[in-house]
Amino acid sequence: MNRESNRINTIKWGSNAILNFMFLCGAAICILPLTLIIILSFTSEDSLLKNGYSFFPSEWSLEAYRYVAAVGDVIFRAYGTSIFVSLLGTFLSLIVICLYAYPLTRSSFRFRNQFSFIAFFTMIFGGGLVPWYVVYTQLVPLKNTIWVMIVPYLMNAWFMMIMRTFIKTTINESILESARIDGAGEYRTFFVIVLPLCRAGLATIALFCLLNYWNDWYLPLVFITDAKLFNIQYLMYQTLTSIQYLMSGSANFVQARDIGAGLPSESARMAVAVLSIGPIVLAFPFFQRFFVKGLTIGAVKG
Amino acid sequence: MGCEKIMTELIPQAYVPARKRRNKYGNFIRTNGPLLTMLIPGLIILLINNYIPMFGIIIAFKQYRFVGNFFESVIKSKFIGFNNFSFFFNTPYAYIMTRNTILYNLVFITLDIIVPVMLAIALNEIRGKTLSKVYQSLMFLPYFLSWIIVSYLAYSLLSVDKGFFNIGILRSLGIDLVEWYSEPAYWPFILVFFHMWKYTGYNVVVYLAAISGIDSEYYEAASIDGATKWQQIKHITLPMLKSLMIILTLLAVGRIFNADFGLFYNVPRNSGSLMNATMVIDTYVYTALMNTNNIGMAAAAGAYQAVIGCITVFTANLIVRRIDKDMALF
Repeated sequence: MNRESNRINTIKWGSNAILNFMFLCGAAICILPLTLIIILSFTSEDSLLKNGYSFFPSEWSLEAYRYVAAVGDVIFRAYGTSIFVSLLGTFLSLIVICLYAYPLTRSSFRFRNQFSFIAFFTMIFGGGLVPWYVVYTQLVPLKNTIWVMIVPYLMNAWFMMIMRTFIKTTINESILESARIDGAGEYRTFFVIVLPLCRAGLATIALFCLLNYWNDWYLPLVFITDAKLFNIQYLMYQTLTSIQYLMSGSANFVQARDIGAGLPSESARMAVAVLSIGPIVLAFPFFQRFFVKGLTIGAVKG
Repeated sequence: MGCEKIMTELIPQAYVPARKRRNKYGNFIRTNGPLLTMLIPGLIILLINNYIPMFGIIIAFKQYRFVGNFFESVIKSKFIGFNNFSFFFNTPYAYIMTRNTILYNLVFITLDIIVPVMLAIALNEIRGKTLSKVYQSLMFLPYFLSWIIVSYLAYSLLSVDKGFFNIGILRSLGIDLVEWYSEPAYWPFILVFFHMWKYTGYNVVVYLAAISGIDSEYYEAASIDGATKWQQIKHITLPMLKSLMIILTLLAVGRIFNADFGLFYNVPRNSGSLMNATMVIDTYVYTALMNTNNIGMAAAAGAYQAVIGCITVFTANLIVRRIDKDMALF
């Protein structure tokens, strides 16, 4: 190591180059499969049948997207379901999580340890799939309703603990005390003082929840059999098994069939996948910033 | 206080205002009441989603029949002791899925601690913060994709007649094509690859956040004293990351009986011939419940998983407590 680089305490140019090369490869491995999906969605069906799934298709085409637009009602419905569930779910989930997290940060609250434990215990012990399934089908009959894709994720002990840590580190109890002296009740203090001060924490948890709901395929897999309620992820799951799925429920079935005898089934599948990733990739830079922040908070033991 | 006490003793009860008599109780309600009501929505969800299912574990000891309502059917179903369990452990699957679940998780835990820490340290050392940010973002992206998308990616790489590996690589090299979805031998590697593919970026970000929290004065002091980069990593960075590494590993060890259902169910596309390499407890429970409709066996497998899983968490925690009390989870 020469003197200059030692003084500013950085690595040598040689090792820097090796590291850069390593990360370039790593980044490529992470990105290339995704790129392949995007390329495939723009490849013509002939080319797919002839050359397989290739990074360099012999013929580009938009027919997959045209096809998706034609039989779109199934896809748009699923898209709509996903959007509805994600937005409403995130909103409700934020309320539930924050309302639970806030009392646990108050030193004057008698039972904060007990209730922390009640939430924490669910992280280490669970009843398993069968009783859970039976509860949602028989005790709280939500099976095959849109609510079953929202309710199970409303309360998340892990997010709650991140939120608790966030509130604890952001809010000084003296502010709460002065609010109390000015005559504000607990709820008023919570909504008018605590929540606005925790905007960054709220944004982080909101993004966690949003991603959770948008990417969810498990709840529909377990609870939804009614094709009208499929969300976009579950529709893709069904589509990977059979492309027929996109058409069977479509009111534009005849019109879809007229588009051509050779349905662009392979590329259409990929087009749906691209459409479902779209919002995430667009929001990614925004997402990432808050995620890093949230993880930093989460890494601090609560 | 004293005066008040005398008053209550001398004056008949009726004269003491009710508010004063129940002062203690009233105080308690005033300070804790509103906060308690805030907990209600969360408690209801926890009850439905977590605590009632815990009670439902007794389904595993019953011949479950649905009569009328949930609690009634759980209680009135015929009690058959450990019959479900003995049926379950007499299938060859019990061994296969336990072995797979534990082995995969051991590999994941080991790699999840070594690879991300190495990458995070390297990423932190790279000259040029822009490049390091770009790498970090690109590696983080897979974390945001659902397992369904990952199964699409896997399919586009591994499909027998069109997949990129078969057609793009093996055929152009003149090597025999591989039937990826029916050859169990490759799957341990494929599954580990996709696990790492999805989660490495996330873990790197976690460790990077921890590294950036280390006071830079340590490094300055060390480099003034002539410590090399390796020495700094070994004596400053790694010790500072130790507690985070232990906590994350502890969490993972505690969940060693819980497999990542998304990975094991979606990526192999539920292919029967891969079962030996891909079946884990979670996928078994799901298939037993949904496809073969065998509630008893599924419940027994689930209960087995839950109880052993809980024991592992407590054991792991106990061991860490012995080593360093501050690092224990509870």
